Amino acid sequence: MATESNLAHSDTPDPGKRDFLYVATAAVGVVGVGGLVWPLINQMNPDASVLALSSIEFDLSKVEPGASVTIKWRGTPVFVRNRTQKEIDEARAVPMDQLKDPETDQARVMKGHDNWLIMIALCTHLGCIPVGESGEFGGWLCPCHGSQYDTSGRIRKGPAPKNLVIPPYKFISDTLVQIG
Amino acid sequence: MSGHETSKYVPTNPVAKWFEDRLPIMGFAKSTLIDYPTPKNLNYWWTFGAILAFMLVVQIVTGVVLAMHYTPEASLAFDSVEAIKRDVNGGRLIQAVHSTGASMFFFAVYIHIFRGLYFGSYKAPREVLWILGVIIYLLMMATAFFGYVLPWGQMSFWAAAVITNIFAAIPIIGDPILQLLRGGFAVDNPTLNRFFSLHYLLPFIIAAVVALHIWALHVPGNNNPIGVEVKESRDTVPFHPFYTMKDFFAIVVFCIPFAWFAFFAPDILSHADNYIMANPLQTPPHIVPEWYFLPFYAILRAIDFNFIIDSKLLGVIFFGGSILILFFVPWLDTSKVRSGTFRPAFKWFYGLFVVNFLLLMWYGAQEPALKVLGSFTVADTSKLSVVYYFAYFLVVLPLLGRFEKPRPLPNSISESVLKHPAPATI
Repeated sequence: MATESNLAHSDTPDPGKRDFLYVATAAVGVVGVGGLVWPLINQMNPDASVLALSSIEFDLSKVEPGASVTIKWRGTPVFVRNRTQKEIDEARAVPMDQLKDPETDQARVMKGHDNWLIMIALCTHLGCIPVGESGEFGGWLCPCHGSQYDTSGRIRKGPAPKNLVIPPYKFISDTLVQIG
Repeated sequence: MSGHETSKYVPTNPVAKWFEDRLPIMGFAKSTLIDYPTPKNLNYWWTFGAILAFMLVVQIVTGVVLAMHYTPEASLAFDSVEAIKRDVNGGRLIQAVHSTGASMFFFAVYIHIFRGLYFGSYKAPREVLWILGVIIYLLMMATAFFGYVLPWGQMSFWAAAVITNIFAAIPIIGDPILQLLRGGFAVDNPTLNRFFSLHYLLPFIIAAVVALHIWALHVPGNNNPIGVEVKESRDTVPFHPFYTMKDFFAIVVFCIPFAWFAFFAPDILSHADNYIMANPLQTPPHIVPEWYFLPFYAILRAIDFNFIIDSKLLGVIFFGGSILILFFVPWLDTSKVRSGTFRPAFKWFYGLFVVNFLLLMWYGAQEPALKVLGSFTVADTSKLSVVYYFAYFLVVLPLLGRFEKPRPLPNSISESVLKHPAPATI
């Protein structure tokens, strides 16, 4: 803060005190400007009406084994897949060292509901919706940049870094699930 | 620079004199737009600056009138653009000029940037001029992206989803930033609203930076095809009428393909999927950006492997780096010789860079699994292009200045011009 001009004033009784005042004034100014700017930025965050749509219920009885549906939760598509035993076995047979983001299949489903795979339907690369039952691993293939997921929704190939995300959900009964 | 002999603006009309004493705007216009001493050897590559200024005006004027009919609301936006094309008087043409205008604008800016890269226009004392240009280019990319989202078709929607998602790659604060940009958990009406607001704002910011760009140009004066600075007044001609006419002629020629696109093929550069209204539950089977973003898209997509950090963040770093690296070109190029004309080795590396850029553009439009060379796919070969893209800036330009032996430079612009035989007709 000590500029040439105020150092030149050798008659100033205490230059350190003056520097302190400059710094203190600037600091208060920054806090003030920050306080004014924050609401102008914060208005861009999700508003109350968006936040209000936080949880939904879904009836699973309509989804046959081997079928999957895409439902909308908080504006985001969610896959609900009723997996066949073959798909579950395939997913569980994969050794962990072949996975880019190692996670067991058991950790991605609810115990006792192993056939139900519920995932946010957005590729973890850049958020496109992967296409089901395609790709080399029989799971999902993202049309945007070619990421491939297996029957557990785990990333196997392509630019995506993570497995498909599991949203918070719980089973209210055997056929009713609450997401969010 | 050494000035051309110019006369000062002296108003004879008493009202004009009264005004000029208070705001000397006419004198300023005369010295910067009319008398401005310009190297006399500028070729047609130098007309793209004026073409770009023209395109900015075209886009702002057509954009302002389109905004009179457009509705930035998720359930109405798509129909409002269709209504502009079908119902609004002359709307089909105005909309076509605006949408194909974006492509023409980018075509011109690429020529302008590559001209600067070949003729060393970024070298001292024009570094700030160059940096302002890169800032304009970044603002143009943002503006074009926001504009592309507004028709709210499938391609619009998924472009918005993918591009905003790039910010989610930032560690820790990525997700909050993503929600801040979108105004929700997914791209939706709030996103469309703010993109419209920003699409309207940014062109005026571009215009302001263009003013700084031209100001920074007028301090050292134009670079020129031989890269030798103006030494005496006979190296220059006044801007008007010599370059006003040349630029005007170039703009007219430029308008011929522009008019062809706008009148006869307004959708040829666009995607059929954008005629389907945005559907957040389905991604189109093959999504690609507009042609002018393809090289950078190919770079983003080529990084599909983890290396220390995960592939997503790495891809985004390369993607951002491929543009941000332009800021450092003035210091990466160590050659004292500006113009590529006098650099025998540089010419080849530069030519390869242009071909490589076009190749990346092509890769960006293809499926990653497409086989291009034997069993090598686009995903493999595009990595090679990414390597050369960065090597050109980080290896070739720094080293070439040390090892290359340039051809002898002419002593002055006049000497180089007079060496050539005069044209047959005068």
